[in-house]
Amino acid sequence: MTKFITKHKKTFAITLMMLPGAIWLLVLRYIPMGGLVIAFQDYRPFPQNPTFLNNILNSRFVGFDNFRFIFATDRAWNMIRNTLAYNAVFIVLTTILSIALAVCLSEIGSKFLAKTYQTLMFFPFFISWVVASYFVFAFLDPTFGVLSHMRNWYLDPAGWPVILTISHLWKSLGFSCIIYLAAITGIDQGLYEAAAIDGASKWRQVWAITIPSIKPMIIMLFIMAVGRIFNADFGLFWNIPMNMGPLQNVTEVFDTYVFRVMQAPIAGAIGMATAAGFFQNIIGFVCILGANFIVRRVDRENAMF
Amino acid sequence: MDIKPARKYRGNKLSASAEFAIHLIVGAFAIACIVPFIFIIVIAFSSAESLRTIGYSFFPAEVTITSFRAAFDMGDTLVRSFFVSVFVTVVGTFLSLLITILYSYGLYRKDYKLRHFFAFFVFFTMVFGGGLVPTVIVIRNLLNLGNSFGALIVPSLFLPFHVIIMRTFFVTSVPTSLIESAHIDGSGEFRTLFSIVIPLAKPGIATVGLLTAIGFWNDWQLALLFIRDRRLFPLQYLLMEMQQNTEFLRRNLTMIGSASGINLADLPGEGLRMALAVIIVLPIACAYPFFQRFIISGLTVGAIKE
Repeated sequence: MTKFITKHKKTFAITLMMLPGAIWLLVLRYIPMGGLVIAFQDYRPFPQNPTFLNNILNSRFVGFDNFRFIFATDRAWNMIRNTLAYNAVFIVLTTILSIALAVCLSEIGSKFLAKTYQTLMFFPFFISWVVASYFVFAFLDPTFGVLSHMRNWYLDPAGWPVILTISHLWKSLGFSCIIYLAAITGIDQGLYEAAAIDGASKWRQVWAITIPSIKPMIIMLFIMAVGRIFNADFGLFWNIPMNMGPLQNVTEVFDTYVFRVMQAPIAGAIGMATAAGFFQNIIGFVCILGANFIVRRVDRENAMF
Repeated sequence: MDIKPARKYRGNKLSASAEFAIHLIVGAFAIACIVPFIFIIVIAFSSAESLRTIGYSFFPAEVTITSFRAAFDMGDTLVRSFFVSVFVTVVGTFLSLLITILYSYGLYRKDYKLRHFFAFFVFFTMVFGGGLVPTVIVIRNLLNLGNSFGALIVPSLFLPFHVIIMRTFFVTSVPTSLIESAHIDGSGEFRTLFSIVIPLAKPGIATVGLLTAIGFWNDWQLALLFIRDRRLFPLQYLLMEMQQNTEFLRRNLTMIGSASGINLADLPGEGLRMALAVIIVLPIACAYPFFQRFIISGLTVGAIKE
């Protein structure tokens, strides 16, 4: 053994460094994958000694009952529709608007102003959804809110698709804009100079130089976002509508649904919530593989794996 | 075929009106990004009377600091939550950085034999996982972390995205030849990492450290899942709880109200909550102008170059 260690001293030392992270991954990522069997169980805590293994080993297997039960409800189809619709709108708007903003920012002559705008735009990225929900509340509060004269926002589902979309864009545009801006800054300035000498207008330069240059990145980010189309931002959909019951029809998405089912005080809730999460993960996994497959076909260099 | 005379080349500049339009659009969005924050500051400084008569407004009828006094009169509750948030942020960031640096270093070392295995081991978790419920069950029943500081720290110690950024920083800022010569000089693996690699990758460590710290400071989800004991509520979760359960606040103030000399009747409940929101964002807002450059440069290096 000692001989083995001296021989592989380097590998051994580095493996030692990997261990904390590897153990964390094993316990908090890989063991839960094994916990997915709960999706096929009528999961109940084992009364005598409710440890992790006991609970799973002593719960009854029910096959696909949990899945059948979930998909028999309108609520499940409704939240899937919401998740897909919100994400589709988010992806399209984020892509278009952040590119537009990045192009505009890159054209601003004053470096000081450009930096200032960028700094302000990035600020929401660092604000938690809890605090953001206070920001929204300041406008929609039924008694004091600026927009309270229009309707009682927290009881009326109309308008929430727009509110949630604005909230999402407000928080995320700064970030994606910075990524695109970095790509635009990397474009060879000589191309623009040459185009200008040939008489190309700014507008034409954007379409003939900027957009083609950052196209691989646009496609990459777009397809990666599509790969995550079944994943919703829990914080956004949980905090901004303040968990209000009357709004659930338009604010319930996959992640909030799984959480609500898990918390539901009904028998078999844990099994059903796991099943819903399992379905989300499998279909998300297929989407990501599919997205990556498409990237490979379009542009081999940008494929993730 | 009509040949236009070539426009005289006047440098590649925008026309004044186009530039003005761009400033209008970008400027409007940039201002919209901080207006809500300024708005809740104004609300927090508005008097209860002003709220009653004109509601939330950028121009309150009367300015007071009652809301902030009320917030500080919450005493223990606020101080304890503040302590929880600070503790979780400091300890969490330190441990997280350590784990991330160690793991990323192994992935960066091209001569490390198990590199491909460990790369797959971490990146696979980005595309597939057990989902919320099994993870919660593991943390509660296997690790027995429910209702403890551990539940606020352990679940977010290690993020694959941060490994990507960190490894990219190692690749771009630490030349392999340096590692080799250190080994020839007889430096061990740990010494090479701590006295050569880490000093060179400081900007990357700062970027990942800041992202991690902000993640811990802003976290409320772990508290929502695992914490029932009020004494362990981080600030963000305290704020969230109060918003969704205003009664909690009234109860606290009934107990201390007489001692602080604040009359419960004219207490601005909304104002107080807005004041708390301001207090929570304040550390980030104050530090933000200084650290944002770091994160922007870190993200653009880490996310783009590969």
